[in-house]
Amino acid sequence: MTAFTATVTVRLKHGVLDPEAETTQRSLERLGFELEDLRSADMFELDIDADSADAAADRADEMAERLLANPTIHDYDVEVMARE
Amino acid sequence: MTIAVIQFGGSNCDRDSVQALESMGVAAELVWHEDGLPEDTTGIMLPGGFSYGDYLRAGAMAARSPIMADVRDAAADGTPVLGVCNGAQIGCESTLTPGAFTTNESARFQCEHVHLRVENADTPWTAQYEEGEVIELPIAHGEGRYEITDERLDELERDGRILFKYCDAEGEVTPEANPNGSKHAVAGVTGERDHVAVMMPHPERASLDDLGRTDGQPVLDGFAD
Repeated sequence: MTAFTATVTVRLKHGVLDPEAETTQRSLERLGFELEDLRSADMFELDIDADSADAAADRADEMAERLLANPTIHDYDVEVMARE
Repeated sequence: MTIAVIQFGGSNCDRDSVQALESMGVAAELVWHEDGLPEDTTGIMLPGGFSYGDYLRAGAMAARSPIMADVRDAAADGTPVLGVCNGAQIGCESTLTPGAFTTNESARFQCEHVHLRVENADTPWTAQYEEGEVIELPIAHGEGRYEITDERLDELERDGRILFKYCDAEGEVTPEANPNGSKHAVAGVTGERDHVAVMMPHPERASLDDLGRTDGQPVLDGFAD
């Protein structure tokens, strides 16, 4: 078994309105910053012990499918790194 | 017959729901989610509130609690299921009903009365209304914007699975009358079969004769049929 950290990033699908991101952008602009767009995402770091990086990625993928993301509105990606 | 009103940690419309049902002569009882469904359950209500503090997404945690497997089995066997507000979010998160309820377009919690147009009067929940009838119910939610793909929504429209749409007092569906930015102004939908339904507005909050309007009674009466 090897120790991995899988990072799952969950984003709204392209075209799905993100009112919180819009509000955050407006707030940044009120502070005097210039920006063209702002997208927000949720990030989860999962410490997983598995036989291989692929096995860890598969497990993280299933967690995203089953709970961390809602397939109706979200896309997600999984990145796996060895954990010290 | 007894309607099981399921309590999760953070439910807060559970007692109102029981009171509203019983005032209409429909036997109802509170069921703590860890206790499982009682054997004499003839209907299931998923009440409003903030189950699990809306962690992750509203309804996400409750939708994956063990009792929801019982609810899905019961629904598959034909037991009526109604999800209201947080119960609607739980219904969609558990895939009992299609789509998702997410952050209001305003990014604010909204607590107000809205008008709804009855889109399909041929379901247990709307049979006492006329198609096109305008009713008034309260909403109280921060995540009530209905989202689904355009293709899926067209299918739902075609199959008569939209129960209610937000509208103005005259029954016109306009952007101004849409309180949360829901796609096609959808306020409630049915599952694959129409004995399963969810809606963001609160019928139980407009069901007691002593409290003014009773526009929500016919929805709850869907359990009595």
